[in-house]
Amino acid sequence: MIGADIQILMPEILLAVYAMGALMAAVYTTKDGMAPLLTWATSGLFVLLAVWIGINGQGTNIAFGGMFVDDGFSRFAKIVILLSAAAVLLMSESYMQRRGLLRFEYPILIALAVVGMMVMVSAGDLMALYMGLELQSLALYVVASLRRDSVKSTEAGLKYFVLGALSSGLLLYGASLTYGFAGTTLFAGIIEATANEPSLGLLFGLVFLIAGFAFKVSAAPFHMWTPDVYEGSPTPVTAFFATAPKVAAMALFARVVHDAFGGIVGDWQQIVAFLSVVSMFLGAIAAIGQKDIKRLMAYSSIAHMGFALMGLAAGTAFGVQAMLIYMAIYVTMNIGTFAFILAMERDGRPVTNIDSLKMYSKRQPLRALAMLVLLFSLAGVPPMVGFFGKFYVLRAAYDGGLAWLAVAGVIASVIGAFYYIRIVYFMYFGEEGEALDGKMNPVLWTFLMGSAAVMLIGVVNLFGIEPIAAAAAATLVN
Amino acid sequence: MIGLEHYLTVAAALFVIGIFGLFLNRKNVIILLMSIELMLLAVNINLVAFSSYLGDLVGQVFTLFVLTVAAAEAAIGLAILVCFFRNRGTIDVEDVNVMKG
Repeated sequence: MIGADIQILMPEILLAVYAMGALMAAVYTTKDGMAPLLTWATSGLFVLLAVWIGINGQGTNIAFGGMFVDDGFSRFAKIVILLSAAAVLLMSESYMQRRGLLRFEYPILIALAVVGMMVMVSAGDLMALYMGLELQSLALYVVASLRRDSVKSTEAGLKYFVLGALSSGLLLYGASLTYGFAGTTLFAGIIEATANEPSLGLLFGLVFLIAGFAFKVSAAPFHMWTPDVYEGSPTPVTAFFATAPKVAAMALFARVVHDAFGGIVGDWQQIVAFLSVVSMFLGAIAAIGQKDIKRLMAYSSIAHMGFALMGLAAGTAFGVQAMLIYMAIYVTMNIGTFAFILAMERDGRPVTNIDSLKMYSKRQPLRALAMLVLLFSLAGVPPMVGFFGKFYVLRAAYDGGLAWLAVAGVIASVIGAFYYIRIVYFMYFGEEGEALDGKMNPVLWTFLMGSAAVMLIGVVNLFGIEPIAAAAAATLVN
Repeated sequence: MIGLEHYLTVAAALFVIGIFGLFLNRKNVIILLMSIELMLLAVNINLVAFSSYLGDLVGQVFTLFVLTVAAAEAAIGLAILVCFFRNRGTIDVEDVNVMKG
């Protein structure tokens, strides 16, 4: 019995054991000398696990009496999380090495955060949800303040910690109310308790839970930590924040509202639609005045989360499918964009000012072109793949009877296009400014070009992701 | 007779005090940590009260998990705070403002 349960949890257990083993090995040998090796090994392990989960995963497996669910939905999310974490680790190696930031703790903390995320997306119980979420968050608080001799980085860590702990508190209070009024922490039991008229206490619990999730996905009006944390953290860490944890939190959000509260769609739909519309507009408008590209990416991620939540707000299987496709596309775009940002430096020092990109196209035509494709894709300009992501969520919202939300989404995306295109304007038409360094690490170059190529070639059939996402969504919503 | 609702009221009051402490406090980051702890302990009261009311042990198991995580969280929070203090020389909430959000 327990053997079968452990079999289902094997990828998570393997990764956790690896992280602990690596910690021991590094502490008792050369410490930071092992950091490059550990970075490569960890990202290799991520890719291996992703392949393993992709090939091996069959059907829906339930472990530990329903606390842990391994289904198509969680596998989709896990593969996206693992691959994006692997990509970010590979991109960060040279950047951190040159700045003396590559400590052996970094890949280990990332590995632990990924374990937390994998537990999160597979949670079938409020306790498993909480433990996964905290494992992820605690590891992320530390990586945010990785550059511990810098005021900015430690301040980012401190802000992230305080607001993250507040959000965990809200979520936990919601979990305790849900437990009390449903009489169980299992999602399967909660959905039974909501079958007939749900009690007021249960609805309170739902609201607190959603507030906690909104913090984690950085949806407005719970977004205030995002710009500061993105700006203050070292850039590779920012790249990580913008990818894997967002996917994990969105997947967890979808899991809870459908698995535990799928019987009362009407009750949470309006809250999610509200979060979605506020995030889209706030992300689009507040980004306009930004001068720092990392801050701009923070607002961009808030707006993108708004769009992903729009798919969720539809409350249908197609909505979840649209959300999954959107998140996969969003992560791919962000990896390319951050590869570009990581390479922005002058005299070997990182530069994050948007002004420094003036007339970039003249010096680096190919890289500027790749960035242009990515920015158009982020803005949702057809025929880039980013447009299809937006198209799916808009259609899901429209089909789900939220036509007003779809209209608001179109308006927000038009407003949001302005600041992406402003960067393109700087790169192609601005006045000549001080030049950036021409060198680019081959790994970063590959990710930038690969991601841009995906945005163009994916137009053909989105690399067949559509039916996979549909199958994944079907296991969650029924 | 003290019933479930009394415990829930106390827990709700503590939770709200915790949230207010987080937002109204302008003095010291340590007070933020205390407020966070207060919120988590309010949740624990909730969980134990429900557990005893329902005659179901799961709530108490949950409480133990929450206590453990709260301890880890406090440790990490203090560690980050020490790093911040080394760089900035102060832990006043008003001085956590190098970046304006």
